[in-house]
Amino acid sequence: MSVDSAFVHKMWVDHELSKMVTSGTVPFPMLSDGGGKVGQVFGVYDADGGVDVRGRFIIDPDGVIQAFEVLTPPVGRNVAESLRQIAAFQLVRESKGTQATPSGWRPGKKVLTPGEDLVGNVWKEWKVGMAFD
Amino acid sequence: MPKEQKVGCARPTGGVVGEAQPADSGEKTAPAKQEVKPMVQVGKKAPDFTAPCYYQGKFASVQLSEYLGKWVVLCFYPGDFTFV
Repeated sequence: MSVDSAFVHKMWVDHELSKMVTSGTVPFPMLSDGGGKVGQVFGVYDADGGVDVRGRFIIDPDGVIQAFEVLTPPVGRNVAESLRQIAAFQLVRESKGTQATPSGWRPGKKVLTPGEDLVGNVWKEWKVGMAFD
Repeated sequence: MPKEQKVGCARPTGGVVGEAQPADSGEKTAPAKQEVKPMVQVGKKAPDFTAPCYYQGKFASVQLSEYLGKWVVLCFYPGDFTFV
């Protein structure tokens, strides 16, 4: 979603983005936020520049915002990190909140089960190195 | 005369040129109360919206609440034809 019109989105897809993706088309709707009205509500509209800055929101099936990240324009996002977060929130949701993903978690890595037994014992279950590997 | 401008990641914008209007003197006009906008928060519902879009060769309209039951990634970006 940007403040560009859907017509400009079409030009960008047809003339540039379609050449970047193997499917030849962008697989998601490209939304237009004329005047930045939606961006304002989500706190990402920069009134001085007249644009929406780089904001990314992960919204769960109940419509609840689980995570967001906002960057100024010159730095791009890390898509792999977004996918990791989605996998983590999906795991927590499927466990109905009985499991949690510690720092550095990736799919397949150890999860924690919060509860009385874990208080003061995280150091036995999780090592600092796990945040980085 | 148009002056060449360096192209950056932000969309170039202009503005009104000239002296700022002098502030209205007198106490009669109370300062407009700054409207407090509800900032979005994690763990809270995303504000619903509709927006025109371009999708698979067609112009359409989407509403966020149509995606209830699915995971959604909503991305904002500064403008088409920007670099990153």
